[in-house]
Amino acid sequence: MTDALRISALTKSFDVGKRLFGPSKAQVRAVQPLTLTVAENETLGIVGESGCGKSTLARMLVGLLPPTSGTIEIAGAALDNADPAVFGRKIQYVFQDPISSLNPRKTIRDILQAPLKHLHRMDGPARAARIREILAAVNLREEFLERYPHEFSGGQAQRIGIARALAADARILILDEPVSALDVSVQAQVLNLLADLKAEFGLTYLFISHDLAVVEAVSDRVAVLYFGSVVEIGSARQVFAAPRHPYTRLLAQSAPVVGRALKAPEGRETELPDPLNPPEGCAFRARCPRAQAICARQSPELTAVGGGVELACFNPLDVAAPDTA
Amino acid sequence: MTAFLKLLARNRLALAGLIVMGLVAGLALVTPILPLADPDVTDTANRFKPPFSEGALLGTDHLGRDLLSRLLHGTRLSLAVGIAAAVVAATLGAAIGIIAGFYGGRTDNVIMRGVDMLMAFPYILLALAIVAALGPGLMNALIAVAAVNIPFFARNIRGITVGIAHKEFVDAARLSGMTDARIILTEVLPNVVPVIVIAMSTTIGWMILETAGLSFLGLGSQPPQADLGSMLGEARSALISNPHTSIVPGAMILIIVMAINLLGDGVRDALDPRLRSGALSRPLPATEVRRKGPVPAHDGEGLLALRDLETRFHVKDRVYKAVGGVSLSVRPGECLGIIGESGSGKSVTALSVMGLVASPPGVITGGAVYYDGQDLIGAPYSTLRRLRGEKVAYIFQDPLATLHPLYTVGDQLIEAIQVHHPVAKSEARARAIDLLKSVRIPNAESRIASYPHEMSGGMRQRVGIAMALANDPDVIIADEPTTALDVTVQAQILAVLDDLRRDRGLAIVFITHDFGVVAQLCDRVAVMYAGRIVEQGRTDEILRAPAHPYTSKLMECVPELGEGRRRLEAIPGLPPLVDRLPDGCAFAERCHRVQPDCRQGELTLEATNDSRKVRCRHPEPITRERAS
Repeated sequence: MTDALRISALTKSFDVGKRLFGPSKAQVRAVQPLTLTVAENETLGIVGESGCGKSTLARMLVGLLPPTSGTIEIAGAALDNADPAVFGRKIQYVFQDPISSLNPRKTIRDILQAPLKHLHRMDGPARAARIREILAAVNLREEFLERYPHEFSGGQAQRIGIARALAADARILILDEPVSALDVSVQAQVLNLLADLKAEFGLTYLFISHDLAVVEAVSDRVAVLYFGSVVEIGSARQVFAAPRHPYTRLLAQSAPVVGRALKAPEGRETELPDPLNPPEGCAFRARCPRAQAICARQSPELTAVGGGVELACFNPLDVAAPDTA
Repeated sequence: MTAFLKLLARNRLALAGLIVMGLVAGLALVTPILPLADPDVTDTANRFKPPFSEGALLGTDHLGRDLLSRLLHGTRLSLAVGIAAAVVAATLGAAIGIIAGFYGGRTDNVIMRGVDMLMAFPYILLALAIVAALGPGLMNALIAVAAVNIPFFARNIRGITVGIAHKEFVDAARLSGMTDARIILTEVLPNVVPVIVIAMSTTIGWMILETAGLSFLGLGSQPPQADLGSMLGEARSALISNPHTSIVPGAMILIIVMAINLLGDGVRDALDPRLRSGALSRPLPATEVRRKGPVPAHDGEGLLALRDLETRFHVKDRVYKAVGGVSLSVRPGECLGIIGESGSGKSVTALSVMGLVASPPGVITGGAVYYDGQDLIGAPYSTLRRLRGEKVAYIFQDPLATLHPLYTVGDQLIEAIQVHHPVAKSEARARAIDLLKSVRIPNAESRIASYPHEMSGGMRQRVGIAMALANDPDVIIADEPTTALDVTVQAQILAVLDDLRRDRGLAIVFITHDFGVVAQLCDRVAVMYAGRIVEQGRTDEILRAPAHPYTSKLMECVPELGEGRRRLEAIPGLPPLVDRLPDGCAFAERCHRVQPDCRQGELTLEATNDSRKVRCRHPEPITRERAS
């Protein structure tokens, strides 16, 4: 299996308090040096809470944000977004909010035609034929083509968004919270559609979500992000069945589950670290029940701990230890 | 387009403006072919003829020229210059605004500071300076008027463009391989055009006035050419002796500007989406009540009890039955969950309790809500207002939207306390600090001076809960209070709510779409679909063995952690629209257990045991236990 996507030491900093001339007052690191690979035909899930840098990462991967440093390689070639017409054929993006990702003043046909026209330079009849194929793939009726986005429900609009990504014929799709704006009964329809499309067209997914259960249901491997860094990465089954990083376990225990008693899994005063004033050492240590002296001095590096799992923690949970929930 | 004209015609004044403007413009257009005297031929023997004299309907001016002919030719010229100036100003201003707003950053800064400098001059002075530099003449007056109006358009359009340039569909267009120029032309511009039209329709009147002003000062049209401003200027010396020479062009300016402004206001109202959606119309302080049938009696159960509540939305000629006969009750210390998908009517049910559904378009058409034995539907506004917050309090989904951004959270809490209890500010402040502590906000004494934007989402929602608790209510209605929060924060907030009801005996109505949350917090649960309760009972019973096919299907849709990679169950189709509910069961279309008799008649909520009710003719077999 070759790597569809390879990210090495990718970082992104945002300027805070911009001035007209001269350097900005401060910088916020949204993504710390990040190294990841996604194999071809794999689904890599990325989970984390708001502010952990998952959307910033996604936008860098599709070239909507320039990285501050580091490299992105797609199918062995370095990312080059100089020519949008070349770049868009390699990697595409499905947005979180299906309605606002569709221009309210364009018909569905116009929206689906754009990638065919600008990325593939297809002529009229070829475009019409391709649109028909794509609509069939996402289970939408052809009569929808002349309608405007506001006439669709969230689930239908998200299918149109997926159809647009398919129209570009890219092998890699970045799915940024693709179902979090949808109702549960519709969410399952869209997730199943994504699974079918992946099998049919041999796609590679990077699936970003805050919902652990959804990520578990669709992913081969999972990366857990906290404060801009990967804290744990491994096969979905292993990471969720036996979380080793204390943060992963906290996430898993916080998700409300039928049949588990209500209890706040951590102290009630905890807050995320301040990005303007990042803490020394491990970013999670203030919330971590297993924090030790070393955690305050040094940042843990992501290291392989066997079984395909990589971990950034000085004092990880024991695999064999029973879940203390 | 026809919808736009209809909207415009509904505004009587705008319609009058349109008609007058149409007449004036029509006259101006046909002026060259009308049998009029030459406007520029002087005839000093016949100077200052009064109106209605022979051969000169409106009289003549100081050089004996026919006033009617000069008026029509002048109107033609003034309109042409005014409209041309408006088009030039709108085009250039919009181009500048779109470029500044689209590229942002330094481009935006440089362009907009330039525009600001242009705006810093009094505009008539600036116009005079431009004409002085270019020399007098109608063309130069046009340039001057257009130039001074460019900043107005540029600033307006830039503001709109900034909002659009950050929309996701612009990113999507970029990923579709479009260049910046194409994105501006095909994605941004169509969304900006209505704003340009609105800005133009309200400024074209000014521009005609400004051009007339410059001509009046002798800087616009040059003799003998007539426009409305120069006619006024020439008549000035005979203002007292022969007033008709001033009145005729003056009246025409008045008519034109008046008509254009009325029309412009109408166009703005018809095009502005905020006005069209009624966002600017002020809702009534309490939901309108139009109960037809008899008011259902109180059966004495529960502290808060809803009986056959019906709430509808009347939008144009459609009636949306958002809540179609809901009965619920909650006891002190109990937590009742209402679960359902978007559009199921759960939020409208909650808002109807205290008459908080916006009217228009909301109307409560039936049923009753008993708080402590007293019917709140139809209660006078003063009663509702006294009970709101004092006895029944709300927590909403988005605390950023419900907290006022310009006041500190402390001030808002103090206000909430003082509305119901006339206590001194210091006392209210001490109480506010206690409240913040009770929802476990660290450093409550210093946090009380924070503004909402200085707090994280979880902290803001705690403030929302503190505010709901401010007057020690008996019932709290929480409408998806944790949906916008991260899971770790959600767990904390749920724990706070659970402690509160146990410690204070609060009755909580908790609205959510999440079975996990219901399972952890709620004693009983009601499942809503298409405005009605389809199943109701004890949470553990329903979760163990759902009886309604919708409940069981919905539960299967929810992925649960720990089940590994798999295909999820989905419910095919979409919920029905509540303005076109089918006959029989609303879920029949999507149901896996549907029988022919499901699509006929009215289904009732049948009790299956003392706590359980189901609205279904063919419920799931009772023996079916859910494996979990």
